[in-house]
Amino acid sequence: MAATRTPATTGAPTPPLTLRRRLGWPSPESNVPKRALYLLVLAGLSVLFVYPFIWTISASLKPRPDVFDNRLLPQTWHPSNYTEVWDLAPISTWFLNSVYIGVLAALTVTLSSSIVAFGFAYFRFPGRNALFGLVLATMMLPAAVTMIPVYLIWNELNLVNTQYPLWVMNLFGSAFYIFLLRQFFLGIPRELFEAARMDGDNFFTMFFRIALPLAKPALVVAFIFELQASWNDLMRPLIYLRDDELFTLPLGLKTILDSFGQGGGGEGDYQLIIAALVISTIPMIVIFALFQRYFLEGIATAGRKG
Amino acid sequence: MVASFVLSLTDYSIIEETAYVGGQNYRDLVDDPTVRKALTNTLLFTVMLVPATMGVALALAMILLRVGRAGGFFRTVFYLPQMTPPVAVAILFLFLFNGSFGLVNRGLELVGLPGPFWTTDPSWVKPGLVIMSVWSVGGTMVIYLAALKSVPSQLYEAAAIDGASPWRRFRDVTLPMISSALFFTFIILTIAGLQSFTEAYTAFFGAGSESYSSEAALFYVIYLFRQAFEFFHMGYASALAWLLFVVILIITLIQVKLSNRFVFYYGDKK
Repeated sequence: MAATRTPATTGAPTPPLTLRRRLGWPSPESNVPKRALYLLVLAGLSVLFVYPFIWTISASLKPRPDVFDNRLLPQTWHPSNYTEVWDLAPISTWFLNSVYIGVLAALTVTLSSSIVAFGFAYFRFPGRNALFGLVLATMMLPAAVTMIPVYLIWNELNLVNTQYPLWVMNLFGSAFYIFLLRQFFLGIPRELFEAARMDGDNFFTMFFRIALPLAKPALVVAFIFELQASWNDLMRPLIYLRDDELFTLPLGLKTILDSFGQGGGGEGDYQLIIAALVISTIPMIVIFALFQRYFLEGIATAGRKG
Repeated sequence: MVASFVLSLTDYSIIEETAYVGGQNYRDLVDDPTVRKALTNTLLFTVMLVPATMGVALALAMILLRVGRAGGFFRTVFYLPQMTPPVAVAILFLFLFNGSFGLVNRGLELVGLPGPFWTTDPSWVKPGLVIMSVWSVGGTMVIYLAALKSVPSQLYEAAAIDGASPWRRFRDVTLPMISSALFFTFIILTIAGLQSFTEAYTAFFGAGSESYSSEAALFYVIYLFRQAFEFFHMGYASALAWLLFVVILIITLIQVKLSNRFVFYYGDKK
């Protein structure tokens, strides 16, 4: 891990996160029948990967008895599932909660991590690498281990059953993003900061005027990754939220599953559960459509850095 | 940043606070049959999940690289499930893998195979969950794609000139060249597998979802969570957490040791 890196780090940083440079696709297999075979295999696999989506959307538009008829197109269209589940459960509240918490969590973690990362990249002080190693070490600590002490702190503060525990922690930054962003800042030529220093900039003006604008792609990666993590999180809402008007979508979805499904004494209103499922998934698909490049490059970069 | 250290320190002190009850928690833990059950479940699940994910991801990535630009389109398709929230994935699992009317068993029927009762037969619960997890293989696949793309093509050409068969080229060029990516995902997937919670919890626990098959899906973190936040045995749960930490640490250390033998760093990567 990076902790073992020598103090000469600033001299020869690992290549920065470069979102623009892409290795193109290699030229395709020259043997045409072979290539056709590969394409056929891929098309077949795509069906496996996409079919659950199609099934879900289709099932969400079917009336109750038809949900499991496994027809591609609903025999009778029943789009009122959506309005029905919207009326039965406070989905719009949950949706807004998820958006609100997700955006706050992503904003705070991006900002705080980038300040810390810039500090690590810019300042040279004794013990810096040891300190950075310690930050990285927190990444190795399983979330399940910190879960209880963190809960006890929030409990002391009397803030259980509020939404604060779901994002305030992000003000302290997160080791993974600190690592990612530091690599990026190290790739910015140091002369730029020295020149700014000459012009009378201090650490913070330099950070906001030079480092942040230049690091935009990396910031977007941190933002959308955290947004997705927050959107998907079930465990923390389960721990901290009690009143259903505070719920986020995953917790709401779980509640719907438990109360509408047959097991929970419901009537087996599976079409409603599926409609709610679609509602909770679509925003992420939209975000992926908008920021696909950042997701793919961000993941690939994280892999290279490991 | 400073706060994250403070946090890790408070972490210690609170554990110590609970520890003054004595080593009782840890003694209970050794005698608790559910702990053993949960650990076995988790290890079994991880042992199935990690190779399955790595294998599928690598196969997909290698095919993607052979079709030229069309690979970009299919990459997007394969990544899509990764964007589905885990709770939604779990619900899909319940519906698609339903023993009597789920899509998966209908599909198996078509090819003449009797589908098992994935969601209720305890011995099929974990394989089912693994298959559902492999659906979200996109992230790992993208990492492998990036690694495979950076293998210099001269190496393959040289190997081909030397008369190496495709299998030899795969084994002696591809695998060593992407070994650092393989190793990274190996560790990350193992840690994630050992801590898996959301899918199994959504599908098998909570009000109304519990059944006798739940026991097969009782993963360690689920047990930990229930001890802490359903029964409020915070001290006992903390002991459970520390056991998990130690288990993860030991497994990771073994993996790192192994990696020294198998991972090949090309040039001055480290």
